[in-house]
Amino acid sequence: MKRIYVDEKWCLGCHLCEYNCAFANSGKDNMAKALKNVKINPRIQIEEKDGISFAVSCRHCEEPLCVKGCITGALSVVDGVIQIDREKCVGCYTCVLSCPYGAIMPSDDGVVQKCELCLKNSHGKPACVEGCPNRAIIYEEKE
Amino acid sequence: MSKYVIIGNSAGAIGCVEGIRSIDNDGEITLIASEPHHTYSRPLISYLLYGKTDEQRMKYRSDSFYKDNKVRKMLGKTVVSIDNNAKKVVLSDGKEVSYEKLMVATGSVPFVPPMDGLDKVKKRFSFMTLDDAHKLEKAITPQSKVLIVGAGLIGLKCAEGINDKVESITVVDLADRILPSILDNEGSVVVRKHIESKGIKFYLGNSVKTFDKGKATLVSGAEIDFDILVLAVGVRPCVSLIKDIGGKVNRGIITDEKCRTSLENIYAAGDCTESYDVSSNKNKVMALLPNAYMQGETAGINMAGGNAVYDNAIPMNAIGFFGLHIITAGTYEGDSYVSTGNGNYKKLFYKSNRLKGYIMIGDVKRAGIYTSLIKKRTPLSSIDFDLIKEKPQLMAFSKKVRKEFLAK
Repeated sequence: MKRIYVDEKWCLGCHLCEYNCAFANSGKDNMAKALKNVKINPRIQIEEKDGISFAVSCRHCEEPLCVKGCITGALSVVDGVIQIDREKCVGCYTCVLSCPYGAIMPSDDGVVQKCELCLKNSHGKPACVEGCPNRAIIYEEKE
Repeated sequence: MSKYVIIGNSAGAIGCVEGIRSIDNDGEITLIASEPHHTYSRPLISYLLYGKTDEQRMKYRSDSFYKDNKVRKMLGKTVVSIDNNAKKVVLSDGKEVSYEKLMVATGSVPFVPPMDGLDKVKKRFSFMTLDDAHKLEKAITPQSKVLIVGAGLIGLKCAEGINDKVESITVVDLADRILPSILDNEGSVVVRKHIESKGIKFYLGNSVKTFDKGKATLVSGAEIDFDILVLAVGVRPCVSLIKDIGGKVNRGIITDEKCRTSLENIYAAGDCTESYDVSSNKNKVMALLPNAYMQGETAGINMAGGNAVYDNAIPMNAIGFFGLHIITAGTYEGDSYVSTGNGNYKKLFYKSNRLKGYIMIGDVKRAGIYTSLIKKRTPLSSIDFDLIKEKPQLMAFSKKVRKEFLAK
């Protein structure tokens, strides 16, 4: 299956992936309306320091510690994609405790959120990848 | 004759079903459990009481789980003994079920120490199971004065669950701080103040000397009026099925990294077991749900002829009270680093070039990066420890490791 890969060599640190992620998951059809005056809480987040930057989002691990540890059964693997059932999640953050990449995080309404490759939102394919101006984030089959 | 028999129906048992089915699609699985319910998440009973979940959503797996996984379920049935020579389990109604491989995921039961006058208390509850939660819910009224004995995870989750539905809650614990199993002194004070701000009262370093009708007298002499008593002093692993037939048992059933007991063809998982903690290099009971699932899954794979090991377990907890989140993991030994501010509290413990444990209260973002350092026993000399102290971040790893984590 296809996964998101990040090469820090090409990352400009422009944060566009964060904005595109926030927009794609906002449920709104206009980026300006979706993001104006909003403090975004995207599912992909940039780390940066001393000229190095890179984006971090869910790795969709083959050994998903978040799924195995989930106390409610809200996290599951569907066709290789780790998904969250927001109705079942109670926001205990056992997944935050478990994820080795720090790629699953509290959402603004108490339950957790994570990258689901934009497969469940209206975008349909990873918005962070599409909007990356320097191909630092790619969506490809694993070799 | 069932190829696999599983005793239990919580995380360890469900992990076992999924482990078996990852290898063997057809071998007959029989699952036997005392509780009559569809598999549900025990830690959610407090969330159920304050309405954050309901009985449908707290099911640990979908309604079609047993059917999808071809599991013959025998719920509401209790196994009273194992005959490992004849390879069968005996139920309380006298029925027998044979097995080739057996999983014991019997969990734990509340431990009730002898207390003077306890038999005079009519409205007395534990807080472990769905039935416990229902009984407590039925008993409480807006006028209830609740006394909880035990300021650990169970007692305090119970307090949170019912705080809006009762007049008052008082918590008594022998320990001098709340959540003694997961917090140090300073962290404990932070969380206690938060819980106190919701109106809950604590008597710590104290215990009940005698119960009378509607009144408890503490060792300190203090008297507490109450009408509902919740006992959350501790739990005891259910080891008797294994102990009775000569299996090795300490506090919990002793299991190895393949999740085998000392008895041939018998495996065990979850709160009834004791296993190796890589952060302290000691065997201990690590009664936590992720651990139970992973032990169960590992055992299931091995029962079905696969080859799996679970060799990096550590104590760890994610829990919250009234919106204040706490994540802790590992062992609190060695040197420490503390950072506080904005109502947050963080403490890292490190020794011999390894991160050993941590406590995060409030801001718990990306805590799993710390957990992973402990589980993998990553040499701190291989990362930028100053960056890791500041916050959990992948920037602290070398370029090469970051590439392995993120790049194609």
